[in-house]
Order: sequence, then structure tokens, then C-alpha cells
Amino acid sequence: MRRASFGLVGLGLLLGLAVRPSVGAPPAASAAPKDLYFAEALYHAYQGQYFDALQRLDTEIAQYRGLDEPRLDTLHYYINDAEFSVGDFELDYRMHHRAGRAIKAVLEGAVDPAVRNEAAYRLARIHFQKGQFDDAENALGRIEGTIPYAVRDDIEYLRANLDMAQGRPGDAVKVLKDLKAGGDLTGFAAYNLGIALLQDGRQKDAIEQLERAGQLTLGDPADLAVRDKANLVLGSILFEAAEFDRAKQALDRVRLEGPFSNQALLRAGWAEATSKNFDRALVPWSILADREPTDGAVQEALLALPHAYASLNLHGRAAILYGHALEQFSHQVETVDASIGSIREGRFLKALVREESRQDDTWVIRLRTLPGAPETYYLMELMASHDFQTALHNYLDLEDLKERLAGWNTSLDAFDDIIRLRGDNYTPLLPEVDARFRELDSRMRLRLEQQKSLGERLHAMLTAPRPELLANAEERIAGDRLAQIEKQLGGSTRPDSLALRERVARLRGVLTWRLETEYDQRLTDAYAHLKELNADVAALNRQYEAFVRTRQAATHSYVGYDTPIGHLRTDVRESLQRVESLIAQQGHLIETVAIDQLVARRDRLAAQQTQARYAVADSYDRAARAQADAEKH
Amino acid sequence: MARRSPDTARAFMAALLLSLAVPNGWAGSSDKPPADKPQNDKQQMRGLDEQIQEVKSDVLRIAAELNQLEEKLLYPSGTQVAVFVALAKGDTMRLDAVRLLIDGQPAAQYVYSAKELEALRKGGVQRIYVGNVATGDHQIEVTVEGKRESGADFSRTEHFAFRKDVKPKMVGLTFGGQGSGNPPIALGDW
Repeated sequence: MRRASFGLVGLGLLLGLAVRPSVGAPPAASAAPKDLYFAEALYHAYQGQYFDALQRLDTEIAQYRGLDEPRLDTLHYYINDAEFSVGDFELDYRMHHRAGRAIKAVLEGAVDPAVRNEAAYRLARIHFQKGQFDDAENALGRIEGTIPYAVRDDIEYLRANLDMAQGRPGDAVKVLKDLKAGGDLTGFAAYNLGIALLQDGRQKDAIEQLERAGQLTLGDPADLAVRDKANLVLGSILFEAAEFDRAKQALDRVRLEGPFSNQALLRAGWAEATSKNFDRALVPWSILADREPTDGAVQEALLALPHAYASLNLHGRAAILYGHALEQFSHQVETVDASIGSIREGRFLKALVREESRQDDTWVIRLRTLPGAPETYYLMELMASHDFQTALHNYLDLEDLKERLAGWNTSLDAFDDIIRLRGDNYTPLLPEVDARFRELDSRMRLRLEQQKSLGERLHAMLTAPRPELLANAEERIAGDRLAQIEKQLGGSTRPDSLALRERVARLRGVLTWRLETEYDQRLTDAYAHLKELNADVAALNRQYEAFVRTRQAATHSYVGYDTPIGHLRTDVRESLQRVESLIAQQGHLIETVAIDQLVARRDRLAAQQTQARYAVADSYDRAARAQADAEKH
Repeated sequence: MARRSPDTARAFMAALLLSLAVPNGWAGSSDKPPADKPQNDKQQMRGLDEQIQEVKSDVLRIAAELNQLEEKLLYPSGTQVAVFVALAKGDTMRLDAVRLLIDGQPAAQYVYSAKELEALRKGGVQRIYVGNVATGDHQIEVTVEGKRESGADFSRTEHFAFRKDVKPKMVGLTFGGQGSGNPPIALGDW
């Protein structure tokens, strides 16, 4: 039986560095007022809706940049976080180019050293993820001075990863040794240190380090996964070194429910089998043989298990199990054929874009179990390739963009309708409204002039008293009447005229007395009345302004949209065409890769099927011979 | 407020575990298609990835323009009112649903999924309603339904007054579970 998956090739593949999920830095000052739109962007990002998050945050930052006094805006307190968040969202939305550009802009801006250093780290991380190691090193080389506490370990961790990627495991060892104690990176750093030692040719130290990494007490699922990986690698190294017992101990530490469980069980079985403990190999292989039959390790176990029985001279049992394996392989060949057929008919892509399939993070796992959907049975295995994962996510992103663009097209049609209806409504109404407004406007202006004039006169009276100006209507009439009588009396010297003149003078005296003695009170009253008038005028002005705004809003509600809507319609249409073309290309590529992989898998299954077929016959022969021998004796 | 992409770790984790789940899966040895084929596929995938990044960028720009147009057309600043919803920091209540009435008229009714609730708990803020009201004084009625940490149901309705001026109005509502020490519904003016 072949041991390819447990040989050096498998080991080499296992030795990749563990890449650690990025960890959030401490929150910004909590006393600062909340910026609602940034918090809204986070609300979307927390749900994995990065397009919505980016859309909101881009707009918010653009508005902030356009402010005359940005420091008065609530985003001012979070602007660095917001800029970095944009970069993060872009990375999460698989827009590395834009993320890189955004972070470079921060790096080249006038920011304090701590922010610049964090930006340099982030840029280095992007380059590293894209495999641009020299650029990543250049970016790390820009870090100098104050380094934010939150990213100190991350920077060193990235430096170690770069050393490893550039073939300098010795340098990585030095960095990781300083890093391994405590903090979020404990599990990852401990594992990577083991790998770095191994690649530096220090196998003994590597084994000791992986022993430590494999026995750390950890709680986070990612850390537990990497601890399992440390034990799996350690088990493989010890196996290659023919230290089967120690290999078995390491492999036994891999959690049965973890992502490396199948590989660990397979290898644990081989560790026992190679040291001729076939009976003990039965335990892990029996567990494994009952697991998900699309898994490669499980399929290997289907052959390994009867091989162990055969080695124990239990050929009858081996024959039955080889028969079972043959059945399974035949069934799996049918399943793979059905998967290939289904993918060729385009059902794979359709299954991927089902809305209900993507409700949570386990959608890939649930997809595999969809009844009557053979196209998705081998999805987990396909997802093992990073490029395939990216391609798949990109396909889903494109589908999402297509939906959005199609929806926007409809929205633009609706906008056109709204604008037309508003135009139909306002166009006949507005000329009449405007005419009436002009009339009211001129009357209002007249009254405002009067109010202004009254105010000025009252103000002048403070320095130059003019009691006559504060006479009431009755007094003004009486005064006019007295003046008229005086005029009629003229220069007459007749006795009755003289008597009348005296009476007129007395009455004028009374009038003057009243105006003079009541002047202060009247002036105070006049001021009070003017104040009341001012309040009324202010209310009138507010109403006036409200009307002007409403009138402007009426026009703005349907005028001036043709050009922007026209441009948007063109942009949406063109983008939709590009998206549809990319969907077709991306979909075709995904299908091609999936089919190629499945064909390769089918070939392997066919080979295993042949192996099983011969093994069944061989086991029956041996069983028959054994029985004959037993009967002879 | 959280500092950076909140789901980066989780998304990365999912991808990591998926790739780790089959460490030498069938990309390993004998299952490989002919060597030049994957390389060619990889190049094609990367080429397409570049184009997809460009189209994403363009669509984001269109989205921003469309947003501005929509706001101008449907929610002009003179009449715009937006209502935001947040959970009190550290509160463990399970928010099930929120109902809003503005001046007695139904404005919004929202039932929360687990994902949305988690996003609120992490400090995200949801814009639950955008609409138009005239300048002046208004009333908002807020009904919150959920479960306390003990598992008991609770429902609470509160009335608040707010004033709409010429500029856009942002009304913030912060919810806290009864018995948590936070007010069940608090009105913030942003």
C-alpha cells in the first residue's frame, strides 16, 4: 500500500508557517462623542458586509475632508482609526490594490510617527499577503521611533514570517524567541518557532519546541487549531525519524473534533503499523473509516484498515473490509462523476449563490450536505486551495455587485418617475405661487422699511427728545384742530377772537403738558411696542425664509437631475456589462479548476478501486488458503 | 469604538481552518492535475482578480454618487430625519425587535438576526430609519422587545420629543436591558 500522503511530500506541505488572524487593537478614547456614520460602517463590517461598510465610511471621510473646520466634526476623534478601517475593509473585500494605496496615503501624509509606523506595518502585511516580500521588507524598514503598543508584537511576528519566506530561518528564530512568551501570539509564535528551527537544520531543538507548542494551554479556536497542527507536524517528524512511540503520543494530542483530526488519525495508524503494532493501528483507522467519505484521509483509511487486518492474518475480515472499501470507492466514483456532471451543467455556481446557503460562516460545510446537490459534495476539498477560495469569494462578490447594479438601474427608473411626477405637479402651480409671493414680498418689504424707520426715530429720541412724535391719534387730531382754529383766527383782534385764542392756547398748553410729562413713560411704552413688533417681524422673517427654502426645494426636487442620472445610468450599465462578463469568466474558471481537481480525484479513486479489487481477491484467496491449511491440520 | 475591521479575524479564521482542514488534501501528491495547468489557472485567476478589484472600485464610486443623489432627491437636508440604534456598552440583553412611530405614524419595525445583534453588541450602530419631517417639534414612540440575561421577556415603550431644525436631524436611541443598570431606552441627540 502507498503511503504517499504520509511521506515527505505530505510533511513538506504541513511545514508552512501558521498565519495568524489579525487582532483588533485597543479602542480609541471612549470619552469622545460617537461618530454615528463610522459606527454604522462598523455595524456593516461586523456582519461581513464590507461593500456597505466601505460605501458608508468612504462617504463619511470624504465629507470630513471637505469641512472647513474638521476638528469640530465627531469623526475628528477617530480619523486615524477610520482611515485604517477603510484599509482593513478593503482587504476584507479583497481589494488589495486600493488598500495598499489608502495605507500609502496615510504613510506619506503629515501624521505622527506612531500612526505612520502602524501604516507601514499594515502596508508590509499587505505586501506579505500578496507574496511581495521585498516590498514588505521595505515597508517594515520604514518603521522607526514610537511604535504603537497594539502592533508591536504583530510587527515582530510579521518580520519573522518574512525571514522565513526569504529563506532566513535563523533570523526568524531570533525574532520568535523574543516573541514567544505571552500575548495573543503565543500559540502561533510557538509553532512557527518550531518550524523555523526545523528549517534552520536544528531538528532536535525543533522537536523540543514543537513538543512545547503542542502542549500549550489555549482557549481560542485558532490557537487550538495551530496547537493541533504543531502536534501533527511533530508526529510526522518523529515518524520520519522512526520514533514511532513519541510520534504516536504527539498525534494522540490532536483533538478528535479539530480540523487536523483525520490526518492525525491516519498518521497515528501508520505510526503503529510501521512499528508492527497492527492491532493498535486498527483503533485510529476504524474511527477514521467511519467518517465523511469524501475526505482523502478517510479514503486512505478504507484501504489501510483491511491492510492492518491482513497483516494480522485476519484475511476474512480483511476481505470483507476491502469489499466495503470497493463499494465506497465505487460510490465515491459515482459521486465524483455526478459532481463533475452537475458542475458541467452549471449547478455548482448556482448552488454557491443561493442566498440561504450563505447565512452564516458554516455555509461551506452546510453546502456539502445539501440533499440532491452532488455538485457541492467535494467543496471542502476544493476550498483547501487559497486561490480557489479567493476565486470563489470573488465570484460571490461579483454576483452581489450584479444584484446591486440591477437594483440601481431600477432605482434610477424610479427616480425618473419621481422627477417627472414632481415636475407635472409643480410646473402649473409655481407661476401662480411665484406671482402671489412677489405681491406679498413687496408688501412685506414696505412694512419692514416702516419698522426700520420707527426704530431709527425712537433711537434718535434718546438723544433729542421729540414728545410730539409720541402723541397718540386723538392728541394729534386735537393738535391739528387747534392749529386749524389758530389759523382761522389769524390776526383778528375782535374780543371773541381774543377769548378763543386764549382758550386755544390753554388747550395747547394742556396738550403740551401731557406730552411733556408723559414723555418718558410713552417712550418706554414705544420701545416695548417696538420690541413686540420686532418679535413679530422675526417670526415673519422665519416664515419668509421657510417659504423661500420650500420654494427652492420644490425646484430642486425635479430640476437639474437629467445630467447626473444620465451619467449614472451609463456608468451602471457599463459596470453591469463588465460584471456580467467577469462573472462568466470567473465562473468558467472555477468550474474548470473544480472539474480538473475532481477528475484528478476520480483518477485516484479509480486507482484505489483497482487496489481494493485486487486486495479483495487476494484476501479471499489467503482466507481460503488459511482455512484449507487449518482443515489440513 | 472598535479600532479596525472587526470581522477580519473571524473571516481569516474561517479561511484558515478551511485550508488547514485538509493539510495535504488532494493538492498533495497524486491528485494533482498536470503541472502546467494549475499554473495557468492560477495566472488566470490572478488576472481576473485584478479586473475584479477595478470593477469593485468603480461600483463603490457609483454607489457613493447614487447615495448622494438619493439623499438629495428623497431626503433633502431641510426635512431629513435619521434614527440610529445602539446597545448600551457591555449590555447583554438580547434585542429581538424595535418599533418606531413618529408623530403617531409607523416609521420602522425591525426584527434582529443573531448577526445583527452581535454587530450591535460589538459597538456598531444601525441606521434604522431615514425619512422626512417638517421643521418644528415632533414626537417619537419607541417600543423595544427582547430578553433579559435571565431569559425573561421584556417589552418597553417610551415617548420622546425632538425638534427638527433646518439641518438634517439625527436621533440616536440606546437600549439597555432592564435590570442591567442602563436605562431601557435613552435618547441621544447627535
